[in-house]
Amino acid sequence: MNEEIIIAGFGGQGVLSMGKILAYGGMMQQMEVSWMPSYGPEMRGGTANVTVILSDERISSPILNRFDTAIILNQQSMDKFESCVKPGGVLIYDPNGITREPQRKDINIYRVEAASEASKMVTSKTFNMIVLGAYLKIKPVISIENILQGLKDSLPARHHHLIPVNEDAIKRGMEIVTTVETHGYASPS
Amino acid sequence: MADKKLMKGNEAFAEAAIRAGCDAYFGYPITPQSEVMEYLAAQQPHLRTGMVLLQAESEVAAINMVYGAAGTGKKVMTSSSSPGISLKQEGISYLAGSQLPCLILNVMRGGPGLGTIQPSQSDYFQATKGGGHGDYRMIVLAPASVQEMADFVKLGFELAFKYRNPVMMLSDGIIGQMMEKVEMFEQMPRATEFDQRWVTTGKTPDRERNVITSLDLDPARHERHNQKLQAKYQLMRENEVRFETIACDDAEYLFVAYGSSARICQKSVKLAREKGIKAGLLRPITLFPFPYDEIDRLTKQLKGILTVELSAGQMIEDVKLATEGRVKVALHNRMGGMVPSPEEVLDALITHFSI
Repeated sequence: MNEEIIIAGFGGQGVLSMGKILAYGGMMQQMEVSWMPSYGPEMRGGTANVTVILSDERISSPILNRFDTAIILNQQSMDKFESCVKPGGVLIYDPNGITREPQRKDINIYRVEAASEASKMVTSKTFNMIVLGAYLKIKPVISIENILQGLKDSLPARHHHLIPVNEDAIKRGMEIVTTVETHGYASPS
Repeated sequence: MADKKLMKGNEAFAEAAIRAGCDAYFGYPITPQSEVMEYLAAQQPHLRTGMVLLQAESEVAAINMVYGAAGTGKKVMTSSSSPGISLKQEGISYLAGSQLPCLILNVMRGGPGLGTIQPSQSDYFQATKGGGHGDYRMIVLAPASVQEMADFVKLGFELAFKYRNPVMMLSDGIIGQMMEKVEMFEQMPRATEFDQRWVTTGKTPDRERNVITSLDLDPARHERHNQKLQAKYQLMRENEVRFETIACDDAEYLFVAYGSSARICQKSVKLAREKGIKAGLLRPITLFPFPYDEIDRLTKQLKGILTVELSAGQMIEDVKLATEGRVKVALHNRMGGMVPSPEEVLDALITHFSI
Protein backbone atom coordinates (compact mmCIF):
# COMPACT_ATOMS: atom_id res chain seq x y z
CA MET A 1 0.00 0.00 0.00
CA ASN A 2 1.28 3.42 -0.92
CA GLU A 3 -1.04 6.41 -0.66
CA GLU A 4 0.23 9.86 -1.57
CA ILE A 5 -2.10 12.65 -0.50
CA ILE A 6 -2.12 16.43 -0.79
CA ILE A 7 -4.50 18.40 1.40
CA ALA A 8 -4.77 22.05 0.41
CA GLY A 9 -6.85 24.99 1.52
CA PHE A 10 -6.70 28.21 3.53
CA GLY A 11 -4.59 28.62 6.66
CA GLY A 12 -6.90 28.10 9.62
CA GLN A 13 -9.07 25.44 7.98
CA GLY A 14 -7.23 22.72 9.83
CA VAL A 15 -5.40 21.40 6.79
CA LEU A 16 -2.15 20.69 8.65
CA SER A 17 -3.86 19.07 11.65
CA MET A 18 -6.00 16.90 9.39
CA GLY A 19 -2.80 15.65 7.79
CA LYS A 20 -1.28 15.10 11.19
CA ILE A 21 -4.22 12.96 12.34
CA LEU A 22 -3.92 10.88 9.16
CA ALA A 23 -0.21 10.41 9.80
CA TYR A 24 -0.78 9.42 13.43
CA GLY A 25 -3.52 7.01 12.30
CA GLY A 26 -1.12 5.48 9.78
CA MET A 27 1.45 4.99 12.53
CA MET A 28 -1.15 3.15 14.62
CA GLN A 29 -1.48 0.78 11.67
CA GLN A 30 2.29 0.16 11.58
CA MET A 31 2.67 2.09 8.31
CA GLU A 32 5.59 4.27 7.33
CA VAL A 33 4.38 7.88 7.29
CA SER A 34 5.62 11.30 6.31
CA TRP A 35 4.00 14.71 6.80
CA MET A 36 5.49 17.64 4.92
CA PRO A 37 3.78 21.00 5.43
CA SER A 38 4.03 24.16 3.46
CA TYR A 39 5.53 26.41 6.08
CA GLY A 40 6.20 30.10 6.15
CA PRO A 41 3.85 32.75 4.79
CA GLU A 42 1.12 30.12 4.41
CA MET A 43 1.09 29.56 8.15
CA ARG A 44 0.41 33.24 8.61
CA GLY A 45 -2.84 33.24 6.57
CA GLY A 46 -3.25 32.55 2.88
CA THR A 47 -3.03 29.11 1.39
CA ALA A 48 -1.70 26.12 3.30
CA ASN A 49 -1.03 22.59 2.17
CA VAL A 50 0.45 19.39 3.47
CA THR A 51 1.72 16.26 1.73
CA VAL A 52 1.02 13.06 3.64
CA ILE A 53 2.43 9.71 2.53
CA LEU A 54 1.21 6.43 4.01
CA SER A 55 3.14 3.39 2.91
CA ASP A 56 4.10 -0.18 3.73
CA GLU A 57 7.65 0.60 2.56
CA ARG A 58 10.35 3.07 3.50
CA ILE A 59 9.28 6.45 2.13
CA SER A 60 11.58 8.08 -0.38
CA SER A 61 10.69 11.63 -1.37
CA PRO A 62 8.49 13.50 1.12
CA ILE A 63 7.90 16.09 -1.61
CA LEU A 64 5.85 15.14 -4.64
CA ASN A 65 4.09 16.75 -7.56
CA ARG A 66 1.74 13.89 -8.42
CA PHE A 67 -0.74 12.46 -5.95
CA ASP A 68 -3.09 9.52 -5.54
CA THR A 69 -5.52 11.78 -3.73
CA ALA A 70 -6.00 15.55 -3.62
CA ILE A 71 -8.27 17.06 -0.99
CA ILE A 72 -9.02 20.59 -2.12
CA LEU A 73 -10.65 23.23 0.03
CA ASN A 74 -10.34 26.49 -1.88
CA GLN A 75 -10.17 27.80 -5.44
CA GLN A 76 -6.45 28.61 -5.39
CA SER A 77 -5.71 25.02 -4.43
CA MET A 78 -8.05 23.73 -7.15
CA ASP A 79 -6.13 25.78 -9.71
CA LYS A 80 -2.82 24.50 -8.40
CA PHE A 81 -3.50 20.83 -7.62
CA GLU A 82 -6.30 19.53 -9.88
CA SER A 83 -3.73 18.77 -12.56
CA CYS A 84 -1.47 16.97 -10.05
CA VAL A 85 -3.85 14.05 -9.43
CA LYS A 86 -2.58 10.87 -11.08
CA PRO A 87 -4.90 9.55 -13.82
CA GLY A 88 -7.38 7.25 -12.09
CA GLY A 89 -6.73 9.05 -8.81
CA VAL A 90 -9.13 10.73 -6.43
CA LEU A 91 -10.07 14.39 -5.97
CA ILE A 92 -12.29 15.39 -3.06
CA TYR A 93 -13.42 18.99 -2.75
CA ASP A 94 -15.73 21.26 -0.83
CA PRO A 95 -17.74 23.38 -3.29
CA ASN A 96 -17.87 26.25 -0.79
CA GLY A 97 -15.93 29.12 -2.39
CA ILE A 98 -15.22 27.14 -5.55
CA THR A 99 -15.92 29.24 -8.63
CA ARG A 100 -14.60 26.76 -11.17
CA GLU A 101 -15.62 23.14 -10.73
CA PRO A 102 -12.98 20.47 -11.45
CA GLN A 103 -12.74 19.70 -15.16
CA ARG A 104 -10.76 16.45 -15.34
CA LYS A 105 -12.44 13.44 -16.92
CA ASP A 106 -9.74 10.88 -16.13
CA ILE A 107 -9.98 10.97 -12.34
CA ASN A 108 -12.57 10.20 -9.68
CA ILE A 109 -14.20 13.30 -8.24
CA TYR A 110 -16.17 13.58 -5.01
CA ARG A 111 -17.87 16.51 -3.29
CA VAL A 112 -18.30 17.08 0.41
CA GLU A 113 -20.24 20.13 1.59
CA ALA A 114 -18.16 20.30 4.74
CA ALA A 115 -18.28 24.05 5.37
CA SER A 116 -22.05 24.17 5.16
CA GLU A 117 -22.38 21.03 7.30
CA ALA A 118 -19.89 22.30 9.89
CA SER A 119 -21.98 25.44 10.43
CA LYS A 120 -24.84 23.18 11.62
CA MET A 121 -22.68 21.26 14.10
CA VAL A 122 -21.82 22.00 17.73
CA THR A 123 -18.68 23.79 16.62
CA SER A 124 -17.76 24.78 13.06
CA LYS A 125 -14.15 23.90 13.92
CA THR A 126 -15.03 20.30 13.08
CA PHE A 127 -14.90 21.31 9.40
CA ASN A 128 -11.66 19.44 8.76
CA MET A 129 -12.96 16.28 10.45
CA ILE A 130 -15.99 16.26 8.15
CA VAL A 131 -13.57 16.41 5.22
CA LEU A 132 -11.48 13.65 6.79
CA GLY A 133 -14.63 11.52 7.12
CA ALA A 134 -15.36 12.02 3.44
CA TYR A 135 -11.81 10.92 2.58
CA LEU A 136 -12.00 7.82 4.79
CA LYS A 137 -15.30 6.85 3.20
CA ILE A 138 -13.77 7.01 -0.29
CA LYS A 139 -10.40 5.58 0.73
CA PRO A 140 -10.69 3.52 3.90
CA VAL A 141 -6.91 3.16 4.22
CA ILE A 142 -7.02 3.73 7.97
CA SER A 143 -9.61 2.33 10.37
CA ILE A 144 -11.77 4.74 12.32
CA GLU A 145 -10.38 3.29 15.58
CA ASN A 146 -6.85 4.18 14.56
CA ILE A 147 -7.93 7.64 13.44
CA LEU A 148 -9.51 8.25 16.85
CA GLN A 149 -6.34 6.99 18.51
CA GLY A 150 -4.38 9.36 16.26
CA LEU A 151 -6.67 12.20 17.28
CA LYS A 152 -6.03 11.40 20.92
CA ASP A 153 -2.26 11.37 20.39
CA SER A 154 -2.17 14.60 18.40
CA LEU A 155 -4.46 16.63 20.67
CA PRO A 156 -3.28 17.99 24.00
CA ALA A 157 -5.05 16.28 26.92
CA ARG A 158 -7.06 19.42 27.71
CA HIS A 159 -8.88 19.02 24.39
CA HIS A 160 -9.66 15.32 24.76
CA HIS A 161 -13.28 16.06 25.73
CA LEU A 162 -13.75 17.22 22.13
CA ILE A 163 -12.95 13.81 20.67
CA PRO A 164 -16.61 12.62 20.57
CA VAL A 165 -17.58 15.81 18.69
CA ASN A 166 -14.83 15.11 16.18
CA GLU A 167 -15.92 11.49 15.86
CA ASP A 168 -19.46 12.68 15.04
CA ALA A 169 -18.03 15.02 12.42
CA ILE A 170 -16.01 12.23 10.80
CA LYS A 171 -19.14 10.07 10.62
CA ARG A 172 -21.16 12.96 9.21
CA GLY A 173 -18.53 13.46 6.51
CA MET A 174 -18.81 9.78 5.60
CA GLU A 175 -22.57 10.20 5.15
CA ILE A 176 -22.66 13.37 3.08
CA VAL A 177 -19.86 12.75 0.55
CA THR A 178 -21.26 12.43 -2.98
CA THR A 179 -19.84 11.15 -6.24
CA VAL A 180 -19.41 13.62 -9.09
CA GLU A 181 -17.37 11.64 -11.57
CA THR A 182 -15.90 8.16 -11.48
CA HIS A 183 -13.19 6.86 -13.66
CA GLY A 184 -11.73 3.52 -12.79
CA TYR A 185 -11.96 3.76 -9.03
CA ALA A 186 -14.72 1.98 -7.16
CA SER A 187 -14.94 3.35 -3.65
CA PRO A 188 -16.38 0.91 -1.13
CA SER A 189 -20.04 1.73 -0.53
CA MET B 1 10.86 -2.30 20.17
CA ALA B 2 11.20 1.16 21.58
CA ASP B 3 8.31 3.53 21.31
CA LYS B 4 8.12 5.32 17.97
CA LYS B 5 6.95 8.90 17.91
CA LEU B 6 5.80 11.20 15.13
CA MET B 7 8.02 14.28 15.28
CA LYS B 8 9.30 17.16 13.21
CA GLY B 9 13.00 17.03 12.37
CA ASN B 10 13.62 20.09 14.52
CA GLU B 11 11.78 18.55 17.48
CA ALA B 12 13.64 15.26 17.11
CA PHE B 13 16.94 17.18 17.16
CA ALA B 14 15.91 18.98 20.35
CA GLU B 15 14.71 15.83 22.12
CA ALA B 16 17.92 14.06 21.10
CA ALA B 17 19.94 16.92 22.57
CA ILE B 18 18.37 16.40 25.99
CA ARG B 19 18.81 12.63 25.73
CA ALA B 20 22.43 12.86 24.58
CA GLY B 21 23.25 14.50 27.89
CA CYS B 22 23.81 17.93 26.41
CA ASP B 23 24.77 20.46 29.09
CA ALA B 24 23.67 23.65 27.38
CA TYR B 25 21.94 25.04 24.33
CA PHE B 26 22.46 28.67 23.32
CA GLY B 27 20.48 30.01 20.38
CA TYR B 28 18.44 32.69 18.76
CA PRO B 29 15.21 31.94 16.88
CA ILE B 30 14.99 31.91 13.09
CA THR B 31 12.69 30.12 10.61
CA PRO B 32 12.83 27.25 9.67
CA GLN B 33 14.43 25.96 12.88
CA SER B 34 12.53 27.84 15.59
CA GLU B 35 10.92 24.60 16.80
CA VAL B 36 14.28 23.58 18.28
CA MET B 37 14.13 26.18 21.03
CA GLU B 38 10.32 26.02 21.27
CA TYR B 39 10.49 22.29 21.91
CA LEU B 40 13.33 22.63 24.41
CA ALA B 41 11.48 25.37 26.29
CA ALA B 42 8.32 23.26 26.50
CA GLN B 43 10.34 20.31 27.80
CA GLN B 44 11.93 22.34 30.61
CA PRO B 45 15.29 20.56 30.27
CA HIS B 46 16.54 22.19 33.50
CA LEU B 47 14.03 19.92 35.27
CA ARG B 48 14.64 16.83 33.14
CA THR B 49 18.44 16.72 33.17
CA GLY B 50 19.68 20.05 34.45
CA MET B 51 20.51 21.17 30.91
CA VAL B 52 20.76 24.93 30.41
CA LEU B 53 18.54 26.48 27.73
CA LEU B 54 19.32 30.10 26.96
CA GLN B 55 17.96 32.42 24.30
CA ALA B 56 20.86 34.74 23.62
CA GLU B 57 20.52 38.36 22.48
CA SER B 58 21.90 37.46 19.04
CA GLU B 59 23.51 34.65 17.06
CA VAL B 60 26.94 36.18 17.71
CA ALA B 61 26.33 36.06 21.45
CA ALA B 62 25.06 32.48 21.22
CA ILE B 63 28.15 31.12 19.46
CA ASN B 64 30.44 32.92 21.93
CA MET B 65 28.49 31.40 24.81
CA VAL B 66 29.14 28.05 23.13
CA TYR B 67 32.86 28.92 23.05
CA GLY B 68 32.91 29.74 26.74
CA ALA B 69 30.92 26.73 27.88
CA ALA B 70 32.82 24.34 25.58
CA GLY B 71 36.04 25.51 27.22
CA THR B 72 34.89 23.90 30.46
CA GLY B 73 34.57 20.53 28.71
CA LYS B 74 30.76 20.60 28.67
CA LYS B 75 28.62 19.22 25.85
CA VAL B 76 27.20 22.35 24.26
CA MET B 77 25.32 23.20 21.11
CA THR B 78 23.65 25.89 19.09
CA SER B 79 21.37 25.90 16.08
CA SER B 80 20.28 28.41 13.49
CA SER B 81 19.44 28.79 9.83
CA SER B 82 21.59 30.18 7.02
CA PRO B 83 21.68 33.95 7.80
CA GLY B 84 22.20 33.17 11.49
CA ILE B 85 24.93 30.64 10.71
CA SER B 86 26.74 33.34 8.70
CA LEU B 87 26.72 35.50 11.82
CA LYS B 88 28.28 32.64 13.80
CA GLN B 89 31.23 32.15 11.44
CA GLU B 90 33.75 34.17 13.44
CA GLY B 91 32.92 32.15 16.55
CA ILE B 92 33.16 28.86 14.64
CA SER B 93 36.64 29.77 13.37
CA TYR B 94 37.70 30.55 16.97
CA LEU B 95 36.20 27.27 18.22
CA ALA B 96 38.14 25.36 15.55
CA GLY B 97 41.34 27.30 16.24
CA SER B 98 41.01 26.67 19.97
CA GLN B 99 40.10 23.01 19.39
CA LEU B 100 36.82 23.12 21.24
CA PRO B 101 34.14 20.45 20.79
CA CYS B 102 30.56 21.54 20.08
CA LEU B 103 27.59 20.72 17.89
CA ILE B 104 26.12 23.28 15.48
CA LEU B 105 22.91 22.70 13.51
CA ASN B 106 22.20 24.63 10.31
CA VAL B 107 18.66 24.16 9.00
CA MET B 108 19.41 25.75 5.64
CA ARG B 109 17.14 28.21 3.89
CA GLY B 110 17.59 30.04 0.61
CA GLY B 111 20.14 32.85 0.33
CA PRO B 112 22.09 34.97 -0.25
CA GLY B 113 21.31 37.60 2.35
CA LEU B 114 18.05 37.15 4.20
CA GLY B 115 16.92 35.23 1.12
CA THR B 116 13.84 33.15 1.82
CA ILE B 117 12.56 30.88 4.55
CA GLN B 118 12.06 27.99 2.14
CA PRO B 119 14.51 25.04 2.03
CA SER B 120 17.88 25.24 0.33
CA GLN B 121 21.31 23.60 0.32
CA SER B 122 23.33 26.62 -0.65
CA ASP B 123 25.57 26.64 2.45
CA TYR B 124 27.59 23.58 1.35
CA PHE B 125 30.74 25.58 0.60
CA GLN B 126 30.42 27.48 3.87
CA ALA B 127 30.06 24.29 5.90
CA THR B 128 32.62 22.06 4.18
CA LYS B 129 35.33 24.45 3.05
CA GLY B 130 35.53 26.61 6.17
CA GLY B 131 32.99 29.44 6.39
CA GLY B 132 35.12 31.51 8.71
CA HIS B 133 38.73 32.58 8.21
CA GLY B 134 41.79 30.39 8.53
CA ASP B 135 42.62 26.83 7.55
CA TYR B 136 40.07 24.83 9.48
CA ARG B 137 37.54 22.07 8.88
CA MET B 138 34.50 20.76 10.66
CA ILE B 139 33.03 17.30 10.40
CA VAL B 140 29.75 17.93 8.54
CA LEU B 141 26.89 15.45 8.96
CA ALA B 142 23.96 15.62 6.52
CA PRO B 143 20.76 14.08 7.93
CA ALA B 144 18.21 12.91 5.36
CA SER B 145 15.42 11.87 7.72
CA VAL B 146 13.86 12.82 11.03
CA GLN B 147 15.48 9.70 12.51
CA GLU B 148 18.91 10.99 11.50
CA MET B 149 18.11 14.42 12.95
CA ALA B 150 18.00 12.57 16.29
CA ASP B 151 20.74 9.99 15.79
CA PHE B 152 23.32 12.47 14.48
CA VAL B 153 23.11 14.51 17.68
CA LYS B 154 24.58 11.58 19.59
CA LEU B 155 27.07 10.81 16.81
CA GLY B 156 27.93 14.50 16.43
CA PHE B 157 28.85 14.88 20.08
CA GLU B 158 30.94 11.68 19.98
CA LEU B 159 32.90 12.98 17.00
CA ALA B 160 33.22 16.49 18.44
CA PHE B 161 34.86 15.12 21.59
CA LYS B 162 36.90 12.48 19.73
CA TYR B 163 38.60 15.19 17.68
CA ARG B 164 38.05 18.21 19.97
CA ASN B 165 36.51 20.00 17.04
CA PRO B 166 33.19 21.64 16.13
CA VAL B 167 30.79 19.32 14.30
CA MET B 168 28.06 20.71 12.08
CA MET B 169 24.77 19.06 11.19
CA LEU B 170 23.82 20.46 7.80
CA SER B 171 20.08 20.04 7.43
CA ASP B 172 17.45 22.05 5.56
CA GLY B 173 13.90 23.36 5.81
CA ILE B 174 12.43 20.12 4.49
CA ILE B 175 14.10 17.80 6.98
CA GLY B 176 13.55 20.30 9.79
CA GLN B 177 9.86 20.84 9.12
CA MET B 178 8.68 17.40 8.06
CA MET B 179 7.27 14.84 10.46
CA GLU B 180 8.23 11.18 10.36
CA LYS B 181 8.38 8.28 12.76
CA VAL B 182 11.37 8.41 15.01
CA GLU B 183 12.76 5.97 17.54
CA MET B 184 14.63 7.80 20.27
CA PHE B 185 17.71 6.47 21.98
CA GLU B 186 17.63 6.14 25.77
CA GLN B 187 18.46 9.04 28.04
CA MET B 188 22.22 9.32 28.57
CA PRO B 189 23.64 10.86 31.74
CA ARG B 190 25.33 14.28 31.57
CA ALA B 191 29.07 14.00 32.01
CA THR B 192 30.50 14.63 35.45
CA GLU B 193 34.19 14.14 34.69
CA PHE B 194 36.12 16.21 32.20
CA ASP B 195 39.38 15.76 30.33
CA GLN B 196 41.86 17.55 32.57
CA ARG B 197 44.42 17.79 29.76
CA TRP B 198 42.61 20.77 28.25
CA VAL B 199 39.54 21.93 30.20
CA THR B 200 39.53 25.23 32.04
CA THR B 201 37.61 24.23 35.13
CA GLY B 202 40.17 25.58 37.58
CA LYS B 203 43.80 24.48 37.91
CA THR B 204 44.40 21.54 40.22
CA PRO B 205 47.80 21.24 41.99
CA ASP B 206 48.78 18.11 40.03
CA ARG B 207 48.74 19.63 36.54
CA GLU B 208 49.91 22.57 34.43
CA ARG B 209 47.61 25.48 33.72
CA ASN B 210 45.36 24.85 30.68
CA VAL B 211 45.07 27.71 28.25
CA ILE B 212 42.36 27.93 25.62
CA THR B 213 43.05 30.46 22.91
CA SER B 214 43.31 30.70 19.16
CA LEU B 215 45.92 33.47 19.36
CA ASP B 216 49.64 32.82 19.06
CA LEU B 217 51.96 35.63 17.99
CA ASP B 218 54.97 33.32 17.55
CA PRO B 219 54.77 32.29 13.88
CA ALA B 220 56.90 29.15 14.23
CA ARG B 221 54.80 27.89 17.09
CA HIS B 222 51.63 28.89 15.27
CA GLU B 223 52.73 26.99 12.17
CA ARG B 224 53.19 23.88 14.34
CA HIS B 225 49.67 24.45 15.71
CA ASN B 226 48.33 24.63 12.16
CA GLN B 227 50.20 21.45 11.22
CA LYS B 228 48.66 19.73 14.23
CA LEU B 229 45.19 20.85 13.12
CA GLN B 230 45.80 19.63 9.57
CA ALA B 231 46.98 16.25 10.88
CA LYS B 232 43.73 16.01 12.82
CA TYR B 233 41.67 16.83 9.72
CA GLN B 234 43.62 14.14 7.86
CA LEU B 235 42.65 11.62 10.55
CA MET B 236 39.02 12.61 10.02
CA ARG B 237 39.41 11.99 6.27
CA GLU B 238 40.84 8.54 6.99
CA ASN B 239 38.36 7.46 9.66
CA GLU B 240 35.07 9.27 9.41
CA VAL B 241 33.79 9.03 5.82
CA ARG B 242 30.17 7.92 5.87
CA PHE B 243 27.78 7.40 2.97
CA GLU B 244 24.80 5.31 1.86
CA THR B 245 24.45 3.65 -1.54
CA ILE B 246 21.10 2.60 -3.02
CA ALA B 247 20.88 0.35 -6.10
CA CYS B 248 24.51 1.02 -7.01
CA ASP B 249 25.68 -2.55 -7.70
CA ASP B 250 24.69 -2.61 -11.37
CA ALA B 251 24.18 1.15 -11.80
CA GLU B 252 25.17 2.78 -15.08
CA TYR B 253 23.97 6.21 -13.99
CA LEU B 254 24.48 7.64 -10.55
CA PHE B 255 22.66 10.36 -8.64
CA VAL B 256 24.80 12.02 -6.01
CA ALA B 257 22.73 13.97 -3.50
CA TYR B 258 22.59 14.58 0.24
CA GLY B 259 19.86 15.49 2.75
CA SER B 260 16.42 16.25 1.33
CA SER B 261 17.72 16.06 -2.27
CA ALA B 262 18.78 12.47 -1.60
CA ARG B 263 15.24 11.64 -0.51
CA ILE B 264 13.89 13.04 -3.78
CA CYS B 265 16.52 11.09 -5.73
CA GLN B 266 15.53 7.83 -3.99
CA LYS B 267 12.18 8.14 -5.70
CA SER B 268 13.86 9.11 -8.99
CA VAL B 269 15.93 5.89 -8.77
CA LYS B 270 12.71 3.90 -8.40
CA LEU B 271 11.08 5.70 -11.34
CA ALA B 272 14.22 5.18 -13.45
CA ARG B 273 14.34 1.46 -12.69
CA GLU B 274 10.67 1.16 -13.71
CA LYS B 275 11.71 2.54 -17.10
CA GLY B 276 14.62 0.11 -17.34
CA ILE B 277 17.29 2.76 -16.66
CA LYS B 278 19.96 1.38 -14.35
CA ALA B 279 20.22 4.28 -11.92
CA GLY B 280 21.62 4.30 -8.41
CA LEU B 281 22.09 6.82 -5.64
CA LEU B 282 25.13 7.72 -3.60
CA ARG B 283 24.20 9.76 -0.56
CA PRO B 284 27.12 11.34 1.28
CA ILE B 285 26.32 11.28 5.00
CA THR B 286 29.50 13.14 5.88
CA LEU B 287 30.08 16.11 3.55
CA PHE B 288 33.43 16.64 5.23
CA PRO B 289 35.11 14.23 4.97
CA PHE B 290 33.61 13.65 1.51
CA PRO B 291 33.32 10.10 0.08
CA TYR B 292 35.78 10.71 -2.78
CA ASP B 293 37.02 7.10 -2.77
CA GLU B 294 33.59 5.53 -3.15
CA ILE B 295 32.69 7.82 -6.06
CA ASP B 296 36.11 7.07 -7.59
CA ARG B 297 35.41 3.34 -7.25
CA LEU B 298 31.94 3.62 -8.81
CA THR B 299 33.19 5.82 -11.66
CA LYS B 300 34.63 2.79 -13.45
CA GLN B 301 31.16 1.30 -14.06
CA LEU B 302 29.29 4.54 -14.81
CA LYS B 303 28.13 6.28 -17.98
CA GLY B 304 27.20 9.47 -16.17
CA ILE B 305 26.69 11.16 -12.82
CA LEU B 306 23.97 13.67 -12.00
CA THR B 307 24.41 15.68 -8.83
CA VAL B 308 21.16 17.05 -7.50
CA GLU B 309 21.35 20.07 -5.23
CA LEU B 310 19.20 22.90 -3.91
CA SER B 311 22.00 25.32 -4.80
CA ALA B 312 23.74 26.73 -7.86
CA GLY B 313 25.96 23.64 -7.81
CA GLN B 314 28.38 23.38 -4.90
CA MET B 315 28.85 19.69 -4.02
CA ILE B 316 29.33 19.00 -7.74
CA GLU B 317 32.87 20.39 -7.38
CA ASP B 318 33.75 17.59 -4.95
CA VAL B 319 32.11 15.01 -7.20
CA LYS B 320 34.25 16.26 -10.09
CA LEU B 321 37.37 16.06 -7.94
CA ALA B 322 36.52 12.41 -7.24
CA THR B 323 35.91 11.49 -10.88
CA GLU B 324 38.91 13.41 -12.26
CA GLY B 325 37.17 13.89 -15.61
CA ARG B 326 36.73 10.17 -16.32
CA VAL B 327 32.95 10.39 -16.52
CA LYS B 328 30.57 13.23 -17.38
CA VAL B 329 29.19 14.93 -14.28
CA ALA B 330 26.07 17.03 -14.77
CA LEU B 331 24.00 19.10 -12.39
CA HIS B 332 20.30 19.37 -11.77
CA ASN B 333 19.49 22.10 -9.32
CA ARG B 334 16.81 24.40 -8.00
CA MET B 335 17.48 27.57 -6.04
CA GLY B 336 15.87 30.17 -3.83
CA GLY B 337 13.62 27.75 -1.95
CA MET B 338 12.29 25.81 -4.93
CA VAL B 339 12.45 22.01 -4.79
CA PRO B 340 12.52 19.61 -7.76
CA SER B 341 10.09 16.73 -8.07
CA PRO B 342 11.37 13.15 -8.51
CA GLU B 343 10.02 13.15 -12.10
CA GLU B 344 11.85 16.40 -12.88
CA VAL B 345 15.11 14.89 -11.61
CA LEU B 346 14.64 11.78 -13.75
CA ASP B 347 13.86 13.91 -16.83
CA ALA B 348 17.10 15.82 -16.19
CA LEU B 349 19.07 12.55 -16.09
CA ILE B 350 17.52 11.42 -19.36
CA THR B 351 18.18 14.77 -21.05
CA HIS B 352 21.75 15.24 -19.82
CA PHE B 353 22.87 11.78 -20.87
CA SER B 354 20.59 11.34 -23.92
CA ILE B 355 19.23 8.07 -22.48
